[in-house]
Amino acid sequence: MTTQYILSAIAVMAILTYVIRVLPLTIFRRKIKSKFLNSFLYYIPYTVLAALTFPAIFESTGNALISMLATAVALILAYFDLGLVIVAIGAIIAAFLLGIVL
Amino acid sequence: MIKRAKTQFLDGLLSGLPIGLGYFPVSFTFGIMAVEGGLSPLLSILMSFTNLTSAGQFAGTKLIFSVSSLLTIAFATIVINLRYMLMSVSLSQKLATNVGFFKRLVFGFGITDEVFAIAVVRKEPLTFKFMLGIMTLPIIGWTLGTAAGAYLSDLLPESLQAAMGIALYAMFIAIIIPPAKREKPLLAAILISIGLSCVLNFVPVFEFISPSIKPLICAILAALIMAIVHPKERQEP
Repeated sequence: MTTQYILSAIAVMAILTYVIRVLPLTIFRRKIKSKFLNSFLYYIPYTVLAALTFPAIFESTGNALISMLATAVALILAYFDLGLVIVAIGAIIAAFLLGIVL
Repeated sequence: MIKRAKTQFLDGLLSGLPIGLGYFPVSFTFGIMAVEGGLSPLLSILMSFTNLTSAGQFAGTKLIFSVSSLLTIAFATIVINLRYMLMSVSLSQKLATNVGFFKRLVFGFGITDEVFAIAVVRKEPLTFKFMLGIMTLPIIGWTLGTAAGAYLSDLLPESLQAAMGIALYAMFIAIIIPPAKREKPLLAAILISIGLSCVLNFVPVFEFISPSIKPLICAILAALIMAIVHPKERQEP
């Protein structure tokens, strides 16, 4: 793992991520008319995040039971619209405290 | 009417504040993970500043630890971050008419899941100043959090470091739950995606599929199903 290798990897990741983000902004200059395509685009960000989160979240703290309980805490906090910060920190605190108790 | 430029930027900053704060614990976790795996703090910070992406960085860094080929890293990056392409398409439909090519090249860098989630539900057209505002604090929060995690990880007890592993996913939950509560079809799409994801991860037959591609397959299938079953009316929510 040389510094040169790591730098190259970071560059590859950064450039590709940037291109992915910018391509549609510079190519799709017109409104999309297709109702089907618009619907697909409406759903996709949420389905991606959902599939990234579940079931991976249950292994996120190294203990399945603690992860599940902390997930429940995150779901409840998010349900009450408490926002990014409270949900993220609330889940961490829940997992931390459960780690002490269990 | 579109508000004046200064108000637009301020509006953006305010919208980005909770995102920047929320990123801190997540990028803190990333900093810890990167340094523990053998990346120098400076390289970890460089990675966060230039990539500005959660899932892609976590996956890419793990590939770096196993000294994977650049081709493998490139492939994983594309697959995991392909969702940004879809988000950008969606945002491009909401841009104010005067946002030209160069401006798009600039603010495009700052499109993340969270920035998208907030920008896409904004009631007025998205201006360049608003987009600049909304990306500023997330970039700072993501980079500073990584620096803090990289330099301070030794100070934290291991139990707290383990607990912080949930931050990334908790943030995703905070993004998808509130709109799903208001829009039943969105909730359906999310549940289908989760159902598929559990099947692909727990049924042994699907072991041949690479773990980094599984979420994308589930997401595309779920969105396709819902786009057919319940096409969205023209107006964004």
